[in-house]
Amino acid sequence: MSRVLLIEDDRAVRDGLQLALSRQGHVVDAVETGEEGLGRLASSEVVVLDLMLPGIDGFEVCRRIRATGDLPIIMLTARDDDIDVVAGLEAGADDYVIKPVQARVLEARIRAVLRRTTAEPKADPTVERHGELTLDRAGLVVAKNGSRVSLAPTELRLLLELSGTPGRVLSRQQLLESVWEHGYLGDSRLVDACVQRLRAKIEDDSAAPVYVQTVRGFGYRFGPL
Amino acid sequence: MTTGLRTRLVVAFALVGVITALAVAGGMYLKARTVILQQAQDAAVLALTDGVSRLDRPPPTRDRLQLIASGLSDRDDTAVAVYGGVSAGGLPLSVVPPELRDAVRGGHVAWQRVSVGGVTQLVSGTTTPSGLEVYSLRTLEPAAASIAELSTRAWLFGGCALVFALGLALLAARSVLRPVRELGEAARRMGSGDLKSRLDVRGSDELAGLAVTFNHTADALGRHVGELRRMEADARRFVADVSHELRTPLAAMTAVADVLEEEAEVLPADAAQAARLVSQETHNLARLVNDLMEISRFDSGAAALVLDDVDVAEAVRSSLRARGWLDVVETSLPPDVVARLDPRRLDVVLANLVGNALRHGGAPVSVALEVQPGWVVITVADRGPGLSSGVLPHVFDRFYKADSSRARSSGSGLGLAIARENARLHNGTLVAANHPDGGAVFTLRLPGGAR
Repeated sequence: MSRVLLIEDDRAVRDGLQLALSRQGHVVDAVETGEEGLGRLASSEVVVLDLMLPGIDGFEVCRRIRATGDLPIIMLTARDDDIDVVAGLEAGADDYVIKPVQARVLEARIRAVLRRTTAEPKADPTVERHGELTLDRAGLVVAKNGSRVSLAPTELRLLLELSGTPGRVLSRQQLLESVWEHGYLGDSRLVDACVQRLRAKIEDDSAAPVYVQTVRGFGYRFGPL
Repeated sequence: MTTGLRTRLVVAFALVGVITALAVAGGMYLKARTVILQQAQDAAVLALTDGVSRLDRPPPTRDRLQLIASGLSDRDDTAVAVYGGVSAGGLPLSVVPPELRDAVRGGHVAWQRVSVGGVTQLVSGTTTPSGLEVYSLRTLEPAAASIAELSTRAWLFGGCALVFALGLALLAARSVLRPVRELGEAARRMGSGDLKSRLDVRGSDELAGLAVTFNHTADALGRHVGELRRMEADARRFVADVSHELRTPLAAMTAVADVLEEEAEVLPADAAQAARLVSQETHNLARLVNDLMEISRFDSGAAALVLDDVDVAEAVRSSLRARGWLDVVETSLPPDVVARLDPRRLDVVLANLVGNALRHGGAPVSVALEVQPGWVVITVADRGPGLSSGVLPHVFDRFYKADSSRARSSGSGLGLAIARENARLHNGTLVAANHPDGGAVFTLRLPGGAR
């Protein structure tokens, strides 16, 4: 059971998703506008956010949530809004689903994104050091030069996944399966956008990354440092 | 084409120039040559007959003959006098052709041109009533020199005329060909889609008229194309708008459809059936609307590739696994085939092809991956009855139903159309055919290769 904040302006869609998610055992706080939603962040574990909102739009809501914390965000978008997907991911969304969406698909995504916020049960309690980075897999804490780096759950999980096999190349599709838990061929832009955000937080120079390196034609690799 | 026309024009002008020059110069040359030779001959013959007419009557002796001959010889002429088998003079009698001698003996004044040592000379002969024959040889060198000079001038004149004709031809070619080239250029631009291509109208000749006609045609074409595009855009926008409008209520219905399905068990039989029907059809409707929006995106050019470097065999397997088809489909998927493509779109294509093969074709359905130079080729084949010749050309048409009695299948009727659009978006192809041993074969070719 988790506390879901649903921000959706269309009443029918809002009611429908609220009903369906509630039946899955979630506590759903459904609001109509971004302004309303931003006031309820503290009591939520995950945000399901429609991008087309009256007043401040979904992108702005996304940015403000990211500015204040690491709450996971799942966007509700339309397939014919490709640019919206990219903009939403850049604004910091963790995942997206395309409307109309079946409740059980959205529910699976919510569970997947929430799993990223909890430690792996068999995680090694010792703290790993990679250059200036220290990774605490059990405590889900990342620090650079001793000061804690605030990472969104997906960014953190991506970093842990890559650093788990230093020097080994992981394809975008592999990362989509392991981090996003997309069971079928997923959207590689999710990975690219997340890598960009992660680099901005842990690299000295995002344009010349040291920790998360691109291997052209294959995917991403942690190090070699 | 313009080069060909230019060449033809120049060649034609040059030919006219050369023929005219040759005709004029050649004619003048021949006429002048005749006149010059005639004059030289006349002068030589006149000198001889004049000299001979002043000779004495008595039959001459050898010395007398010698005297006559030397009297007729000077800087230009050498002569020989013959009387009764005796000849004397500076000219050997062998130079005189026998037929000329025959003519002279017959009492005529005769002359003939002969070539002595490569020089054209004139032999003239006459006779007196007493039977004295006198022959004189005169060189025609000065006349020949005049003729040679004439010939040189004729060549020079011809050459000048040719150069002049070529110059004129180039000028004419340029003035005629520039508008033609402009017309060709404008037509080419229009052919490549620039319907705003127009010509400047200069002057009022035939080419200007052609330019005016071209511009009018272009205007009309532009209007028609614009109208067609507007109508097509309207139709497509309508489809896109309708799909868009349908999506919001569908989003609400789709969200709760599962609830109906789950609760069906505890509902009375009729209500349960109704609930399942509504749930199932809601999903079908959602799929149809999604497909309509997808095809609208292709039509409006909004569809874009999200490319990734994909292990194709793995991608195909994922696609099959996600739908539980991995056990029912025979696969031949060689490893290490990496291609840069949009994995979601590949998934859409495979889902359509394999789904169709499983529904309409016959077992076993097979999926094979193959690498050809520059291409990744995926074939989906079944062993069913195949596609009839009437169906084959239409399988990729929108809403085309192979069997009219089967008014609705589980697909939206857009699946293969979308699959083909996805292939095209990758600059690839998707074709349908029948296998010689039976069954339908769909071949997807995407650019890329192994690594």
